[in-house]
Amino acid sequence: MLKLAGLEALVLTKQSNFVNIGERTNVTGSRAFLRMIKDGDFEAALAVAREQVDGGAQVLDINMDEGMIDGKAAMVRFLNLLAAEPDIARIPIMVDSSKWEIILAGLKCLQGKGIVNSISLKEGEANFIAQAKEIMRFGAAVIIMAFDENGQADSYERRIKICERSYRILVDTVGFPQDDIIFDPNIFPVATGMEEHANNALDFFGATQWIRQNLPGAHVSGGVSNVSFSFRGNNKVREAMHAAFLYHATAHGMDMGIVNPSMLEIYSEIEPELLVRVEDVLLNRRADATERLLEFADTVKGDVKQQTADLTWREQSVEKRLAHSLIKGIVEFIDEDIEEARHTVERPIQVIEGPLMDGMNLVGDLFGSGQMFLPQVVKSARVMKKAVAYLLPYIEAEKDGKQQAAGKILMATVKGDVHDIGKNIVGVVLACNNYQIIDLGVMVAPQVIIQAAIEQNVDAIGLSGLITPSLDEMVHLAKEMERAGLTIPLLIGGATTSKVHTAVKIEAHYPSGAVIHVLDASRSVTVVESLLGSKKPDFLSALRADYQKIREHHAKHQAAKELLSLDQARANALQLEFNEQTIAVPAQLGVQLHTPSVRTLIPYIDWTPFFQTWDLHGKYPQILSDSVVGDAASKVFEDAQHLLAQVVEDGILKCKGLSGIFPANAVGDDIEIYDPSTGELVYTQISLRQQTKKVAGQPNMALADFIAPKNSQFQDYIGAFVVTAGLGIEHYISDFEAKQDDYNSIMIKALADRLAEAFAEYLHEVARKETWAYAPKETLENQALIAEKYRGIRPAPGYPACPDHLEKLGIFKLLDATNQIGVSLTESLAMWPAAAVSGWYFAHPDAKYFGLGKITPEQLADVANRKGKKVAEIERWYSSILV
Amino acid sequence: MTNSALQQAIEQRILVLDGAMGTMIQRHQLEEFDFREGAFETHTMSLKGNNDLLSITRPDIIKDIHRAYLTAGADIIETNTFSGTTIAQADYHLEDAVYQINFQGAKIAKEVADEFTDRPRFVAGSIGPTNRTASISPDVNDPGFRAVSFDDLVLAYAQQIEALIDGGVDILLIETVFDTLNAKAALYACDQVFEKRQIKLPIMVSGTITDQSGRTLTGQTTEAFLISLSHMPLLSIGLNCALGASMMRPYLQVLNDKAPFAVSAHPNAGLPNEFGLYDESPSAMAAQIEEFLQEGLVNVIGGCCGTTPEHISAIAKVAAKYSPRKWNPTNA
Repeated sequence: MLKLAGLEALVLTKQSNFVNIGERTNVTGSRAFLRMIKDGDFEAALAVAREQVDGGAQVLDINMDEGMIDGKAAMVRFLNLLAAEPDIARIPIMVDSSKWEIILAGLKCLQGKGIVNSISLKEGEANFIAQAKEIMRFGAAVIIMAFDENGQADSYERRIKICERSYRILVDTVGFPQDDIIFDPNIFPVATGMEEHANNALDFFGATQWIRQNLPGAHVSGGVSNVSFSFRGNNKVREAMHAAFLYHATAHGMDMGIVNPSMLEIYSEIEPELLVRVEDVLLNRRADATERLLEFADTVKGDVKQQTADLTWREQSVEKRLAHSLIKGIVEFIDEDIEEARHTVERPIQVIEGPLMDGMNLVGDLFGSGQMFLPQVVKSARVMKKAVAYLLPYIEAEKDGKQQAAGKILMATVKGDVHDIGKNIVGVVLACNNYQIIDLGVMVAPQVIIQAAIEQNVDAIGLSGLITPSLDEMVHLAKEMERAGLTIPLLIGGATTSKVHTAVKIEAHYPSGAVIHVLDASRSVTVVESLLGSKKPDFLSALRADYQKIREHHAKHQAAKELLSLDQARANALQLEFNEQTIAVPAQLGVQLHTPSVRTLIPYIDWTPFFQTWDLHGKYPQILSDSVVGDAASKVFEDAQHLLAQVVEDGILKCKGLSGIFPANAVGDDIEIYDPSTGELVYTQISLRQQTKKVAGQPNMALADFIAPKNSQFQDYIGAFVVTAGLGIEHYISDFEAKQDDYNSIMIKALADRLAEAFAEYLHEVARKETWAYAPKETLENQALIAEKYRGIRPAPGYPACPDHLEKLGIFKLLDATNQIGVSLTESLAMWPAAAVSGWYFAHPDAKYFGLGKITPEQLADVANRKGKKVAEIERWYSSILV
Repeated sequence: MTNSALQQAIEQRILVLDGAMGTMIQRHQLEEFDFREGAFETHTMSLKGNNDLLSITRPDIIKDIHRAYLTAGADIIETNTFSGTTIAQADYHLEDAVYQINFQGAKIAKEVADEFTDRPRFVAGSIGPTNRTASISPDVNDPGFRAVSFDDLVLAYAQQIEALIDGGVDILLIETVFDTLNAKAALYACDQVFEKRQIKLPIMVSGTITDQSGRTLTGQTTEAFLISLSHMPLLSIGLNCALGASMMRPYLQVLNDKAPFAVSAHPNAGLPNEFGLYDESPSAMAAQIEEFLQEGLVNVIGGCCGTTPEHISAIAKVAAKYSPRKWNPTNA
């Protein structure tokens, strides 16, 4: 298996299709490309590379061998520029040169695993071995030309002899990985009119087959356009020759090659008459093959195939085109689009503030959600730079030419910290947006920053730091800035910084200025723009209000973070009243089976979480008319209704549930549950108690507080339930998966989840009105049910009030759920089928949901003791709530 | 310690790597003087924060940290040499100290490791990424510019590697790789030094997936990263830093599927909280790690930023319960 890599992996297996190597970035093969390199127009040269990738090239061949240029410098320059273009750099690079020093220089620029093109035995074995060893050290694959001390292989015999010799040296002497060896057995022109060339294609096919059969692991490549050399100028014939040659070569085992996709016909679409004559030549089938092809060639005009880059996005509105260019990092159309956009607004600056900032915000969102990565953001910034550059003269003209840079930003990594990659990226992005950057470098002392800020009269200071102690340095600097009487805004960034730290720890020390946390490089432009523009007062007052809120929230959270001892927490337990009014005697005790139809449950569905499944955020039903996600939401909702209707009709998806109500009493934090008929203790529910320190008057709750204590003389009750709406779902899933319909496969699971939740809501209502029957006259609409406007709660194990998954074991035991309705618990205590809900019912009028928060090891030890287990046995179930 | 002892150990059980050095050093609240004492007292720049110097100026502290990790159950400890290259030390004008940093760092680690005789313990020479990238330009106006060249990196890495070997390390650990080209230069330097000295040391490589995009800082996917560094016979390839254990799991699965070497992981103690502190508890971290041990994803497990001997002790306990990942060396 040949494995290559650019930013992404390219793995050739036996089953892989032919790997197409892009050939246009080659000064020996393209005059246009040569001219660009000679003129130093690397932007155009990059566009050629991008075109190749967009056109389907899987490896990019780069060659700078030309007497008039410094090939080594051009190779390094081009490869370095290319590394900054993620949509090109994602594919592996082929460093192509006949000069060893250029190959070496190229290899030193590749972070991925590329291919060297090429080395050979031309200058003897010693040289060949030394070069192969060096290539191995760089971890590149290699193309071996069928060439030796006596020259290029031009017959079948010479080809296989040289290839075999090269292979044996590489594998036996050098230890080169077999899979990384690629042979180029020389594709020579046919139909040249010379008798000795008649067998050229056939010899190539034969040698290819021999290599693939006799040299394990080795691959075969070649430059296809050579074969049609004698028909230069007649593209129709050349395209047919390339297609037919490839067709036969791949059948013989050629698995990669240099082909210009725009000079390639599809084999099956070659005119039959032309195909016959081409194949007569390639396969040397008749003596007059060449004349016959020439004859045919004279009859056809060489109509050139059109380039077919996908430009449909160009038909969209100018705002959308600008966003597209920013996201994709395309500079090509920026000038014309900006020109157009400029005429749609009153002032040129509004193009920046409007469509360009919107585009950059989109880039920020995509980056934040992991759909773009850093090099792409940097590229977007370059597009932005070009756009701003175009607008600048117009903006300046408006201002009588006074304005230069949009602002001056001082950047520094704080004292004690040497990390500057993030800072440099922010610098790049801001500079692209016409800000002047003064970069003080790393480990900069506060005095230096303050002095430079004053001397240079900067508009903002950007501080960066990666390691934890840098945070304290930033606090220190804020204090020093305040002391120095500055008012310059201070921007905070770096991996360990946060909005909370900025609001709580830094901002307070610099009241005369402003302190703003900048989440990542992509946000830096928007922040600086707001900070230096006309919107500054609004921006700052909103920011201050936001930070104030964060501080308050944090203060509350901090207070909550202090934990009480278990005794203290228990002393502050919730004290409820238990009497005939608050304890409801159930109408029916014991376990009951429920099998409502899907149709019955539909009105109980809470749709809001359904949309969250699809990453659409908003409340149902308003979400359907939301300006941003409304269309998408309506579409999935419609599809859901459609599938739901089908599910109702099929009757295959079954809903089964169990509920049971049992006598119970609390003993400390335990709830003892008794058999309804014998009164025997059947299960003890171990409830966990909140240990966070509360403000005065707020209790430390446990579920046991909702049940009358055993010593109160009152018999109390508890309920338990398990429901599923996932029985039979595998019928749908296997059906959709067979059709590779991922969308509906997810849809049915999402619907089953919703139905299971709806079932829990429905069953709770049945309990309140019929079985427990403490609210027989309750009449609530679905919205009110969703808002939980009824008496009693149904906490589910694994959720905030009852994070203890182990309690599911008790519920399943009490209800015998696995035997009765076929819902089981996996090793990790997940329910199966997945569309299932289980929980407890509490009926006390003052019972309410609460979040347990963190517990101490002391409580864990106590719980283990109550469960009769060792701490080590149960610890892992509590790791997320243990401090 | 011989290579074969290491080879045997890594096939038999999950080896435990130590935890964070920086986090432990921070506990000591050191001052400028601690970084200078007896060696750099007249140096004109501030040295506070240049932790690698402590192997020379405060070896007592570094040895205590190594000892704490070995006591906690680490099979492999890392030398305090993460920034021990002329490139990284240039910011402090301490290029000349590089040999001593690495030699002393290796020597004291080895001394402490040798105190433990119950089972083989190994010292890995920590080779950081330097603070420059060979694949990204720091200059906005010239994306083709590079602040460091491949040749510069090879030279700097070779110096570090020679000093580490002189100090007695058992393993070379190229870690926190955010630019694969830097790591390729480090591997190149290893090969160069090995050839010069006619020796071979086991090499571990550990990359950093920076965020949810699943890529390295320079944009490579995990698989591309693996392919680009598979040309040397590595002891292990793995991931460290930037992510907590559970976030690292999907990328470890890629390595598990495709790597022809052992697989290592040393995640951070979660993500930093709002104050830049890593506060994931030992039990919480060990529970996440247990998940991928159950899946058989790794052969070497340890901790990066924010982890302490308490974390390593918890990790060592779960690691002892599971058998190591099996791998196919011909999967290349």
